[in-house]
Amino acid sequence: MQLPDFENRLALSDDILMSVEKPARYIGGEINAVIKDKRRVAVRFAMCFPDVYEIGMSHLGIQILYDMFNRYEDVWCERVYSPWVDLDQIMRERKIPLFALESQEPVRNFDFLGITLQYEMCYTNILQVLDLSGIPLLAADRGEDVPIVIGGGPCAYDPEPIAPFFDLFYIGEGETAYRQLLDLYKENRAAGGGRQTFLLRAAREVPGIYVPSLYAVAYHADGTIASFVPTQEGVPAVIRKEVVMDLDHVPYPAKPLVPYIKVTQDRVVLEIQRGCIRGCRFCQAGQIYRPVREKSLESLKEYAIAMLEQTGQEEISLNSLSSSDYSRLEELVDFLMETCREKKVNISLPSLRIDAFSLDVMGKVQDVKKSSLTFAPEAGSQRLRNVINKGLTEEDILHGAALAFEGGWSRVKLYFMLGLPTETEEDIRGIAALCNKIAALYYETVPKEKRNGPVQIVASTSFFIPKPFTPFQWAGMCTKEQFLEKAALTKQSVREQLNQKRIKYNWHEADVSVLEGVLARGDRRVADVILAAYQKGCLYDAWGEHFQYELWLEAFAQCGLDPAFYTTRERRKDEILPWDFLDCGVKKEFLWREWERAQREETTPNCRMECQGCGAARFGGGVCFERKGGPV
Amino acid sequence: MKIRIKFSKYGPLRFIGHLDIMRFFQKVIRRAGIDVTYSAGFSPHQVMTFAAPLGVGLCSLGEYMDIEVNSQQGAEDMKRRLQNACPYGIDILSVKALQKTAGNAMASVAAASYAAVFRDRSRSFDDYIGQCAAFLAREEILIRKETKRGTAEVNIRPGIYSLGIEDGALVFTVDASSAGNIRPSVVTEQFLRFAGASEQENAFQIVRLEIYTRSGEEAGLIPLDEVGEAF
Repeated sequence: MQLPDFENRLALSDDILMSVEKPARYIGGEINAVIKDKRRVAVRFAMCFPDVYEIGMSHLGIQILYDMFNRYEDVWCERVYSPWVDLDQIMRERKIPLFALESQEPVRNFDFLGITLQYEMCYTNILQVLDLSGIPLLAADRGEDVPIVIGGGPCAYDPEPIAPFFDLFYIGEGETAYRQLLDLYKENRAAGGGRQTFLLRAAREVPGIYVPSLYAVAYHADGTIASFVPTQEGVPAVIRKEVVMDLDHVPYPAKPLVPYIKVTQDRVVLEIQRGCIRGCRFCQAGQIYRPVREKSLESLKEYAIAMLEQTGQEEISLNSLSSSDYSRLEELVDFLMETCREKKVNISLPSLRIDAFSLDVMGKVQDVKKSSLTFAPEAGSQRLRNVINKGLTEEDILHGAALAFEGGWSRVKLYFMLGLPTETEEDIRGIAALCNKIAALYYETVPKEKRNGPVQIVASTSFFIPKPFTPFQWAGMCTKEQFLEKAALTKQSVREQLNQKRIKYNWHEADVSVLEGVLARGDRRVADVILAAYQKGCLYDAWGEHFQYELWLEAFAQCGLDPAFYTTRERRKDEILPWDFLDCGVKKEFLWREWERAQREETTPNCRMECQGCGAARFGGGVCFERKGGPV
Repeated sequence: MKIRIKFSKYGPLRFIGHLDIMRFFQKVIRRAGIDVTYSAGFSPHQVMTFAAPLGVGLCSLGEYMDIEVNSQQGAEDMKRRLQNACPYGIDILSVKALQKTAGNAMASVAAASYAAVFRDRSRSFDDYIGQCAAFLAREEILIRKETKRGTAEVNIRPGIYSLGIEDGALVFTVDASSAGNIRPSVVTEQFLRFAGASEQENAFQIVRLEIYTRSGEEAGLIPLDEVGEAF
């Protein structure tokens, strides 16, 4: 009797795989995963998203870099995700080293471990990945026999709270300098150079590279930074981000990975542009990805078809910070609607402004009765929306909602933030008032016989967390108690509305926002707290059910640091901020000017309306040079 | 046109659960460029039915799904396209046409045969070869089964149609209908307990060999793909 192959060549035994939730997280071998002959590659790169598989597999950036690295013949890039808590425990008990999915071999044997930093609340998971891999948690303790640990992604714009855990950070977009970094690595190894030589040369020679161990920080008595300087000659005092200026001529994954299990973003993702012209003052992405650069319609069409054919996915989604600002959106959407109708593929259109065009498109691609509209006014009053430079007026919202109600929609989602700078009680009450107006508008707009059930308004608030490289980077953040009072006031004002039964109100946890505030604007000393929290058992802090605020508070106390120093304190203009040594293109003077305008409740026009000279034009392309003659 | 596809599942893919295998095949069919029939509505889905769910961890040499196509270029072409769109761990074994009146894969299932082998290759079911007749001679083999209202005792003996040792494997055919499905791990455990062997969990690997339907006047068991025809 011929039985099929059931020999286990995986890193985990059948026993373990059968005892954990979703064993498919750990077996690799997905469609379009890249398998190479390890004897024929010079560099092995483990690319890690420090969260569970379903989250990590949904991330576009990893797919882009995975594809780029594997196009290099001399490199094999594999993937690593955080083992879920069940497997984490088993691996610790049985001393099983963390492995990469493709080869199922220990991460410790790789040349590089790259970790993407997408949100602050994954910082303890970074330590988990290092720990399970058998890599010393502190870069200072690492010898020649462990991988070079690299960090990158949006949180690398304030790398200081996690600086001691990394050998180097890559600041900016990955497509530009990695080849140079890998070549330097090979050259250094061939010449018999060690880890420290490589790091020093990378800092000196490769653009966008920050090696934390080569900088010294001194503090004033009040805890603010006195100086932040390189300790070796030739190491740059300021590191400028890397940025791709021609998005049509850098690799994009035409054959993205297709997971076996359902992941958070289970669809083909078409990146249409990078950056955002809007300049909302709370938004970090709107600053650090400047200038706006579009992909050409032609290459988007080609990629859309190739990706659908190579994956067999049944949904395609557009990716950008503000799809409505893509200059050839109508043509692109027309093309997609036609292609997808033929192929029976669904289209998902996030981050669209609600107007006649988008409603028309949405009406064609989704079931109006089942879907809801999303507005993100972010603040409840026009005054506060001016402060944050959110160019969405009440008139825009009501007009959009009326059009939508006429088109058959009856469900509206609204996103707001609580705790924005200058916020008053009146602004908060404005949230409830706006929800009520929208509900009332439904009954005015749609005659009784045409109503698809009662209107449903869902208002959600998050707590505002100031982020580096935004005009609000100097702002004080609210305390947990203030946040909760604001949420209570919002809830109470919703209850006072005439249409209160039609309004559902949700708010976020306050504890986790306070901690995110510390990690977002922390300095190097915060690393001790993260390490202590991890050692106390903190892990998967982004997951409500695993977040242990008390342990974090213990960790702060143990390290003698006050969270309030990082959160509630408003910074002065002359303070050296922990991330000042990074240059994201946008100048500090511009951000300060915006901070002052915010306090005067003055709005600033977007990049296409009028150049504000933010500094991003120095990259020599994108929206800054759309009109003849360059920036105004 | 209704098509019945027989496939195997093995290697690392034994850790992919039934619902995920269904989603997996929807993508295989798209990648293969099969002109499959979709349902109507805003989110059209492929018309697809699977015979019987296979537990996570099990391998199979006899899995079945039915699809419907609008057009085709012969069974060989379809088989080749599907195979090219599958990774290691799924082999397309046969592609047959079904009569319009044929019952779908799920409704047709009557029985399934399995082989159990020890993971530890130094062990063999040959050691228990003398126990088979006595195991089958019993009138009752009672097991505890979880139901909506707690647990109940169920006699699985009538649902065990055959059982024997073949090439060191325990091979048996049992009821797999929706009303009386018997899990292969239960049969293997019961047999080993009867034979006086103490076993750890996951000591054996189970392979589904075939799924059967009943056909003809005698209502005998025939493999599901014998209902279909070559095209």
